[in-house]
Amino acid sequence: MSTDLETIQHVTESEYKYGFATDIDTEAVPPGLNEDVVRLISAKKGEPEWLLQWRLKAFRHWQKMEEPTWHNVHYPPIDYQSIIYFAAPKKKAKSLDEVDPELLEMYEKLGIPLNEREALAGVAVDAVLDSMSVATTYKDKLAEKGIIFCSFSEAVREHPELVRQYLGSVVPHTDNYFAALNSAVFSDGSFVFIPKGVRCPMELSTYFRINAQNTGQFERTLIVAEDGAYVSYLEGCTAPMRDENQLHAAVVELVAMERATIKYSTVQNWYPGDKEGRGGIYNFVTKRGICAGRASKISWTQVETGSAITWKYPSCILKGDDSIGEFYSVAVTKNYQQADTGTKMIHIGKNTRSTIVSKGISAGFGQNTYRGQVKVAKGADNARNYSQCDSMLIGDRCGAHTFPYLEVSNPTAQLEHEASTSKIGEDQIFYCNQRGISTEDAVSMIVNGFCKEVFRELPMEFAVEAQKLLAVSLEGSVG
Amino acid sequence: MSQQPILEIRDLRASVEGKEILKGINLTVNPGEVHAIMGPNGSGKSTLAQVLAGHKAYEVTGGEALLHGNDLLEMDPEERAREGVFLAFQYPVELPGVNSTYFLKAAVNAVRKHRGEEELDAADFLALVRQKMKVLDVGEALLKRSVNEGFSGGEKKRNEIFQMAVLEPTLAILDETDSGLDIDALRVVADGVNKLRGSENGMVLVTHYQRLLEYIVPDVVHVLYNGRIIKSGGKELALELEEHGYDWVKEHAEEVGVGQ
Repeated sequence: MSTDLETIQHVTESEYKYGFATDIDTEAVPPGLNEDVVRLISAKKGEPEWLLQWRLKAFRHWQKMEEPTWHNVHYPPIDYQSIIYFAAPKKKAKSLDEVDPELLEMYEKLGIPLNEREALAGVAVDAVLDSMSVATTYKDKLAEKGIIFCSFSEAVREHPELVRQYLGSVVPHTDNYFAALNSAVFSDGSFVFIPKGVRCPMELSTYFRINAQNTGQFERTLIVAEDGAYVSYLEGCTAPMRDENQLHAAVVELVAMERATIKYSTVQNWYPGDKEGRGGIYNFVTKRGICAGRASKISWTQVETGSAITWKYPSCILKGDDSIGEFYSVAVTKNYQQADTGTKMIHIGKNTRSTIVSKGISAGFGQNTYRGQVKVAKGADNARNYSQCDSMLIGDRCGAHTFPYLEVSNPTAQLEHEASTSKIGEDQIFYCNQRGISTEDAVSMIVNGFCKEVFRELPMEFAVEAQKLLAVSLEGSVG
Repeated sequence: MSQQPILEIRDLRASVEGKEILKGINLTVNPGEVHAIMGPNGSGKSTLAQVLAGHKAYEVTGGEALLHGNDLLEMDPEERAREGVFLAFQYPVELPGVNSTYFLKAAVNAVRKHRGEEELDAADFLALVRQKMKVLDVGEALLKRSVNEGFSGGEKKRNEIFQMAVLEPTLAILDETDSGLDIDALRVVADGVNKLRGSENGMVLVTHYQRLLEYIVPDVVHVLYNGRIIKSGGKELALELEEHGYDWVKEHAEEVGVGQ
């Protein structure tokens, strides 16, 4: 009879559900990166000159930069010349009816119906495959309210003035290595604009899928909420199982004006690699929002279960007085997954408040790092922050690390930080077993209990999805 | 009419980390019976409870235990529970963030599923729980809390008895449920246990002190010493123990030849 500890140590063999590849005719540029490739991408997309120049500036800057090494993750050097920077389905659809049936079928398989009649009630979806947005649902209905929800390329064509005004305004191309790379080669993504006083009547959602081999995915999302506007936005992601690592370097920028609220939720389930740590996505993402106006609010919620390596710090710049920033995170690492994730809360305005709740779960040989910065500027009178970082360990070969950074330049600021580390105990599992509950269900129950404060921030239907995803991703990590 | 015993233990031996704790236990619990197992610290009382529930830290090295004639020791802990074995823990663990109602519903439905019965939906489950709460005089607030999280010692023990009432086990093992309780809490717990006594189920009370047995009157009292039951008798045996103390047991043990 094996002991519970051995069972707990028994490393998962659960299969990644979304690991299939779809045979879709794609158009790709040859691997490698130079100015010509940047020009080619821009030309393929028929972009205006100002955008090409913006890309080139970013590219030239990127060439001078060094890949960061301060993070607590380890991977062999990335050969940026072997990556394909642009891949798109060959057949271009003008409307939903024209979308390649093969493609629609793939999204059906992923549980994301693009057909509006069958689509999730109350959720508008933009689907991005490899580098291209393939379909956006409920566009017309949203347009009635003056809401723009479309692919980034379309936004460049149809609303160039808006894109030009906000692109790079929160994450400049000089921000960091991966943001610079993204700025040079970004292919598509989603654009959202909510006009003054409008409350977006449905959840907006983008579904990202990497399909092609050896490709990097570099999308940009830009969300602008004008005075008094409200929007709840969701992104989900999956990729096929492949032995080599694939790079995903996205940039997300949020702008909230006076009294506007942007709620941004992520359920990230990129392919995590196999149980020996082969393959998987490098998820190197820059996400940042600015609470530009008074009493605005930006709330990030993320459930990170996928990717071989996750490197992301969704942040808030609290510029407007009385603005609020929130970060709720669940990050799971199992097998040989690594995550270095957290947030930055930058208090500039007066009476600004921020909340950070981070839950890290490590199983197998997984390494989970929370890295967070709370910065209170000189003029940020009465700024407040509450941070809570909890780690849970399953088995004894995984790790949890916490790096909180505090930088306070105003004496009226109030900051609280709480941290805890717990282990799923054999005693807890035995207690559940003794009530007739299987070990698998017990773990799922205990882990979900641990993540409760974050899940309740997710929109209802996605909270259920997230719970299921968590159960599936921890399947086999015990028993 | 002769009925099949609920539990039959024959020459059960078990050890932990290579050290033998149970050195040949014999015990039969028939339907409707309440057995008390008493003994000094370290005699193996809690080990017996844990072994019957299937805790993997204990290795069974000999003997057998039958539940309704079936091999109990072959079953996984969850299977034992689904077959009607309930252990009221001496130290109930906390499950932070796990809602008590959700937990209990999962437990009830695991048993029902095992029996081939339909699982209870939320409404039926709530009705069952409300009825049990009334019987045991438990407040509704408990259902909204996380399992045992932040409970006082007494609340934890009461919660165990409440779970027992909802799960209606055929064999309930109460491991030192009286320890750490003040007299009021003890009375409440004992009251609950008495209400759950029935002609179809059996109970094993593991206790160090006689005082619990003032409130729950056992049919049989066993004295466990050094891994063996050295004396069994009626309820008066508990009083005798109380009067003479466990030294008397030790002397008795030496007489029957099971001393260290």
